[in-house]
Amino acid sequence: MAHAEASHGEAHAAEGHAPQRFIWRYVFSKDHKVIGIQYYVTAMLMALVAGLLAMLIRVQLAWPEKDFPFLQKIVPAGYSSGFMNPEFYAMLFTMHGTIMVFFVLSTAPVSGFGNILIPLQVGARDMAFPFLNGLSFWTFLVGCVVILSSFFVAAGAAAAGWTSYPPLSALPSAVPGSNMGQTLWIVGMVFFIASFTMGGLNFVTTILNLRTKGLAMTRLPLTMWSMFLVAILGLLAFPALTAASLMLLFDRHLGTSFFLPAGLVLNNQPLVSAAGVPLHQGGSPLLWQHLFWFLGHPEVYILMLPALGFTSDILTTFCRKALFGYRAMVGAMLAIAGLSFVVWGHHMFLSGMSPYLGMAFAVGTILIAVPSAVKVFNWLATLWRSRIQYRTPMLWALGVVSLFISGGLSGVWLGQSAVDIQLHDTMFVVAHFHLIMAGAALFGVFGATAYWFPKMFGRLMNEPLGKAHFWLTFITYYGTFFPMHYVGITGQMRRIYDPYQYDFLKSLQPINQFITVSAILLGASQILFFVNFFWSAFKGKKAEENPWHANGLEWTTPSPPPHGNWPGAIPEVHRWPYEYSPPDTEADHVMQTDPPRPGEGH
Amino acid sequence: MLEQTVHEPPSVTDGGPAGPAAPREGGEGPRRGPGHDPARFGLWAFLGTVAMLFMGFTSAYLVRRESLDWRPLAPPALLWVNTAVLAASSAALEAARRALRGWSLGGARRWLGVTGFLGGGFLLGQVGAWRLLRGQGVFLASNPHSSFFYMLTGVHAAHLLGGLIWFAVAWWRLRRLALTPGTDALGLFATYWHFLGVLWLYLLVLLFVV
Repeated sequence: MAHAEASHGEAHAAEGHAPQRFIWRYVFSKDHKVIGIQYYVTAMLMALVAGLLAMLIRVQLAWPEKDFPFLQKIVPAGYSSGFMNPEFYAMLFTMHGTIMVFFVLSTAPVSGFGNILIPLQVGARDMAFPFLNGLSFWTFLVGCVVILSSFFVAAGAAAAGWTSYPPLSALPSAVPGSNMGQTLWIVGMVFFIASFTMGGLNFVTTILNLRTKGLAMTRLPLTMWSMFLVAILGLLAFPALTAASLMLLFDRHLGTSFFLPAGLVLNNQPLVSAAGVPLHQGGSPLLWQHLFWFLGHPEVYILMLPALGFTSDILTTFCRKALFGYRAMVGAMLAIAGLSFVVWGHHMFLSGMSPYLGMAFAVGTILIAVPSAVKVFNWLATLWRSRIQYRTPMLWALGVVSLFISGGLSGVWLGQSAVDIQLHDTMFVVAHFHLIMAGAALFGVFGATAYWFPKMFGRLMNEPLGKAHFWLTFITYYGTFFPMHYVGITGQMRRIYDPYQYDFLKSLQPINQFITVSAILLGASQILFFVNFFWSAFKGKKAEENPWHANGLEWTTPSPPPHGNWPGAIPEVHRWPYEYSPPDTEADHVMQTDPPRPGEGH
Repeated sequence: MLEQTVHEPPSVTDGGPAGPAAPREGGEGPRRGPGHDPARFGLWAFLGTVAMLFMGFTSAYLVRRESLDWRPLAPPALLWVNTAVLAASSAALEAARRALRGWSLGGARRWLGVTGFLGGGFLLGQVGAWRLLRGQGVFLASNPHSSFFYMLTGVHAAHLLGGLIWFAVAWWRLRRLALTPGTDALGLFATYWHFLGVLWLYLLVLLFVV
């Protein structure tokens, strides 16, 4: 096990032990950096698929009555009549949500950057269980293939929303997507959960057990704290969805009634056997909702927390100031992670929940605003009166702060059950979670990519391209999702195929067209990213060991780090990673590994 | 799978996340104390996630039990036999552990064999219980209690099958003298195996007592 060695000679032996054949070194690798990049690239390709689905959704919402002959050529099954089929629309938003939430925004920041960064930032030669780590990636890849293959089965992909509420998801004959597509959805999710669990076991064990000498938990970069908490959230929350998925499979294929009540009517036919006995009875569709959201709410923090960690690390580096309130930041993340387990009911205010219970969930939800505000306050205090260097990673980090505020504010609205009853299942909710959960996570991933690119590929990303990508994305992102608040307050439902069948929504079409144009520009802007990414990975400017003059352990080893991470001994840590412009010395920054100065407190 | 590299007697208190530890003085590289064995910690984290899986099932069970179509299922008597077999298997594993620690390779081999034999017996007994119920006309979809019975015993059996694979690996390693005598090299496997025993008792209580 490579992580155990620390001495010089052993480290060279570790490099010598790196597999030499291409297939073992880069394909079936057990090296955390290779696995991290594999995860990251796969997630970004999945993002491409899910992003294209979103474009089709937006085109439909802007011009539902128009026929697009070229789309009919590309996806004949979805446009069989020249117009988009409603069933196809349901598949689009279902698969967009599923792929984005699980296979992109859980994967790229957590499995991608978690794998790349954890051993580098805690000072370990590799993850605690390298074989398990490799296995987790290949399990994930099987999940991706299963999910994507559902587009090609006869009846099409799953169409019950990314939340897959029964009975729609539990009756194979309910809609075309409820058939084979839904089964593949469940199987794909089980592979995803298995892979995420293996990753989570590695994360917590590595962070707790393999930290280098001197690296107390209270000296961890906030990125590491976020990964640690995310892994715990994943380990504790995902099993609920595993259990629910198994019960759903049983309901679908083995005739049980966990989620299916009696009295169901399908296509005007009551669901009864030939003898008139109901095929299902006594089950509770709400049970699924509880189990799903017991996972689902921690899950959105699995997406968010890494972005908050990246942001803290990047902000301090580029404003050359110590992080304000480290312990409060850790406490805030702990509080957010803890509260995430007791607020799932705010997704279900309209499910007939007792108002007293709803009140409890509302209070818990609004409480999350407190640690969130602590984080924003500390970021602003860190930025306050600093000389900000506007490099690409910094722009993305500032973008995260912006989105975290604008998305968080609407969260306080939606957390109140009385307000939520009005806004539930409207485009307002879509606006809210795209800003805070999806947007902040996405911007965090882009920021982390630009910041840690040297540790991934030994090169720097192109700055002008990166900045152009940021500004285009930032403007079009707000252009897409900010007007949705208005659309939602006006009453447009989410997941609706043609809003203009209702007279009171007809006036919204111009706004929806504006949103769609923004969304298409947003999608097109991502071409800049992919060009920059692949060009820089092969042809970018070579990066030195510590191009940003940052303090963390990952900047004490060559870019990219060799197998075993440090050519020599693993460095020892003497302080926290945010020592920028310390008041008592002339130095611009003090590395975590620099020996203590005379008179220094630690 | 989790690598078995336990060289010291494990501390039973380990398992919870270590709190913010003070910076360590002295010692090179990652901490190596018995309380900080990565494989042991990783196993406990895995057991935590398995426990949460059954918590998910439990909450579903408690909710579903309130519905009107709930028909209580009488436990087949064979289940009590199976329970005894599984408990005996755990006891045999403890004997194997003790033998290995006490340099008795023959004893370790013998008792580990008994462990696996009884574990397989439990699994066959569970299949027998399912067949008995099927003979009585109680199927998976007959009523919610039977659905939960088949599902929960099935998921437990799947985990036990994983345990039997682990047993096969340990057995093979023991025969190849890859498990060092005088150490607790069977400790991790024992943790998992006993966990499955406790989980089975929990399921029995959940399904037929409370």
